[in-house]
Amino acid sequence: MPAVSQSSLADLKPGVQGLIERLDLPEPDARRLMELGFLPGSHVQLSRRSPFGDPSVFRIDDAEIALRRETAVHILLRSES
Amino acid sequence: MSATASRPLSPPSASELQHRRVVALVGPPNSGKSTLFNRLTGMRQKVANYPGVTVEKRHGVARLRAGREIEVIDLPGVYSLSPRSEDEQITHDVLKGKVEGVPKPDAVLLILDATNLSRHLTMAAPIISLGLPTLVALNMADDLARRGGSIDVNALSQRIGAPTALISAKTGEGLQPVEEFLDGKLGAPPPVQLPVLQDVPACHAWATDARTRAGYRPPAPPHWTRRLDGIFLHPVWGPLIFLLVVVAVFQTIFTAAVPLMDGVEALISTSGEWLKAALPDTWFRALLIEGVWGGVGSVIVFLPQILLLFVFIGILEDSGYLARAALIADRTMAKVGLQGKSFIPLLSAYACAVPAILATRTIENKRDRMATILIAPFMTCSARLPVYTLIIAAFIPEQPVLGPFLGSRAAMMLALYALGFLAAVATARLLKSSILESVRTPFMLELPPYRMPTLRSLGLRLLDRSKVFLRRAGTVIMATTIALWALASIPLVNGEPPPIEESLAGTIGRTIEPLVAPLGFDWKIGIGLITSLAAREVIVGTLGTIYGMEADEGSVALQEALRQDLDLGGAVALLVFFAFAMQCMSTVAVVRRETGGWKWPVIQFSYMTALAYVAGLAANLIFS
Ligand SMILES: Nc1nc2c(ncn2[C@@H]2O[C@H](COP(=O)(O)OP(=O)(O)OP(=O)(O)O)[C@@H](O)[C@H]2O)c(=O)[nH]1
Ligand SMILES: [Mg+2]
Repeated sequence: MPAVSQSSLADLKPGVQGLIERLDLPEPDARRLMELGFLPGSHVQLSRRSPFGDPSVFRIDDAEIALRRETAVHILLRSES
Repeated sequence: MSATASRPLSPPSASELQHRRVVALVGPPNSGKSTLFNRLTGMRQKVANYPGVTVEKRHGVARLRAGREIEVIDLPGVYSLSPRSEDEQITHDVLKGKVEGVPKPDAVLLILDATNLSRHLTMAAPIISLGLPTLVALNMADDLARRGGSIDVNALSQRIGAPTALISAKTGEGLQPVEEFLDGKLGAPPPVQLPVLQDVPACHAWATDARTRAGYRPPAPPHWTRRLDGIFLHPVWGPLIFLLVVVAVFQTIFTAAVPLMDGVEALISTSGEWLKAALPDTWFRALLIEGVWGGVGSVIVFLPQILLLFVFIGILEDSGYLARAALIADRTMAKVGLQGKSFIPLLSAYACAVPAILATRTIENKRDRMATILIAPFMTCSARLPVYTLIIAAFIPEQPVLGPFLGSRAAMMLALYALGFLAAVATARLLKSSILESVRTPFMLELPPYRMPTLRSLGLRLLDRSKVFLRRAGTVIMATTIALWALASIPLVNGEPPPIEESLAGTIGRTIEPLVAPLGFDWKIGIGLITSLAAREVIVGTLGTIYGMEADEGSVALQEALRQDLDLGGAVALLVFFAFAMQCMSTVAVVRRETGGWKWPVIQFSYMTALAYVAGLAANLIFS
C-alpha cells in the first residue's frame, strides 16, 4: 500500500539525510524497527550498500543497522524540498 | 581466576540459594553483559563482538569484598520486553519469574552501551518499570572517553529515577557502585514519571529528554570502523578480501600446523615406546599401547591444527568482522529463502554444530530457525578436520596450485568446506521452498564497531578449546577406542587374542562390509564408520587402534596403512561421506532438545546419511 509518490529509505542516496515519516509495516515488525531507532521524526542516512547492493547499512542514532531493500521500501520519508 | 578457585566445591544447598540475593544482567545485545558477568563471577562465558552471543541464561556467584555471595544471572540481549525470538523469550521469562527452578531476580543490573546511549537509554523505561531495584550501568566508559564523549551520571540518575554508574566491564573501572548495588546497599533517587511503555516513540522521547538534560555528549563517530567498512564492504575489495582471508586460513592450517603436529606426534610415539619398554607384557599393556596411545593419541595429534582454526574464528568474532560477513552473505542466503541472520549460526558451525544450533535461537522466524538447525551440521565442523587432514595427507601429493599461496592439499580442504556449504544451501533451498516455506521476517542486523581482538581473550579461547578437546579425547574417544580394542581382542583363542579379522570386531566389520564395499571401503573403514557415529574424529582413533593391533609391533604410520586399504576412489568417497553424514551424537541430542522431539533429528539423520551414502557411491565410481 505504499503511496506511489512517497519516497522511502530505499531511495536514499549515500550521505543524504532523510526524515522518517511513518513505517508501513505490520505492528510487530514496525515496533522492532522503532526499538532499533527507526522512529517517525528521526533522521536517517544511508551509510553504504553492501558489496552486492543489498542489504544497505543505515546510520541512525549513531548506530549502523543493515536492512534489506524489501524492508527499507516500507519506511517512508517525509518529502523535503 | 582466584574467585573461581576459592569457591566451595559442593553445590549450594537449597536453603542457601533461597537466601542468596539474585541479580539479573539485562540489556541490549552486545552491550557487555557477559564481559561484566565474567568479571563479577570469575567465570568465562563466551564474549564476542556481535549481537546475539549469549542465547542461554547462565548463573554465577559474585563474591563481594565482605565475603557475601550474590547470585548473578547473565541473560541474552534484548531490545525491549516484547520478545521476538527464543533467546529474548528467555530473558523475558526470567525477569517475570516464569522459569521453573530460577528464582525471580531481586534486582536488575541494566547494562547499556554508553557510546550508543541515544538508542540504548530507551530501554531504561521498561526495565525500571518492572519495579525491581535497578542499577543502570553505562558500560564502555573507556571507549566513551577515548572518543571524547561524556555524561553527568548523577544528573541522569535523577532524570530516570534509578541509580546510574559509568563503568567499563573490560577495564574494571567504576565498578564500586556495582558492588554496592549487588550488596543491596546503593541508594536510589526518587522515582520519576515513566512514559507509556507500549509506546516506543514516547519512551524514546523520554530517553532523549533525560539524556539531553544530563548533558550527554555523544562520542565522535568511530572513524576506524567507517574506514574499515569502506574496505571490507567495498563492492570489489570486500569480497576479494573475504576470499583471500579464507584461502590464507586454509593454507596456514596446512602449513603452519604441520611442525606442531609433528611435534605432538613425536611426543606421543616416544612416550608410547617408553611405556612399552617400562611395562610387563600383559593385556593391560596392549590396551594402553594399542587402545589408548594408538587410538586417543592419533586424535590428539590434531590439536594444534584445531587450535589454529580457533585463532582465526576468534579474530573473526572479536573484531566485529563476523557481522559484516553475515551482511555480505545475505544475498546468497536470500536466494535460498533464508536471511543473513542465519549466517551467523552457520559460521559458528565451522567450530562445532552444537553451539551453532543453540545460536539459532536469535532467529525470529520459527521456520527459518528450523531450516538453519537442519542445515547447520553440513557446515564443516572442527571434528571433521582430523579426518580430512589424515586422508588428504595420505592421498593428495602436495603441489603448488596458486604459487606459494595455495597448495593442492589446502585446495582440497577448501573444496570440502565448499562442498559442505553447498549441501547446506541446497538443503535450505529445498526446505524453504517446501515444508518450511514462510513469509519473510525482515532482516535487521546491527553492525558493531570494530574492536581489536586482545591476546588475552584469544589465549583464553584457546585454553578453553584445548580443555574441551582433551576432555572429548579422554571421554568419548577413549571410551570408544577401549571398547573397540576389547571387541577386537575377543574371543580368546588358546588364551591369546585372535587375529583381528576373526575377532568380534572383525566379524561385525565383515558382516557390514557388503554394505560399504560399493563405496570402496573395507571392513576396517566400516568399523570406523560405526564408531564415528559417536563423534566424527573417533574414526581416526579407531583406525589407529586397528592398524596398531594388526601391525603387532605397536605403531604403524596411519597414512601408510590407509594407502594400503583404500584406493583413490575409496579415499574420495570417505571424504565426501564425512562431508555429508551426521555422525555426532551431541548434535542429534541438541537438535532433539531444541526442536522438542525426535521427529526432526530422525529426519535430519536419515537425510544426511542417505546423501552421504549416495554421494560416496558416486565419488567411488568416478574416481576409481
Ligand atoms: N571498549 C570496551 N569494550 C567492551 C566493554 N565491555 C564489553 N566490551 C566488548 O563488547 C563486545 C560485546 O561484549 P559481550 O560481553 O559479549 O556483550 P553481551 O552484552 O554479553 O552481548 P550478547 O550476549 O550478544 O547480548 C565484546 O567485544 C567486548 O569485548 C568495555 O567496557 N569497553
Ligand atoms: Mg552475552
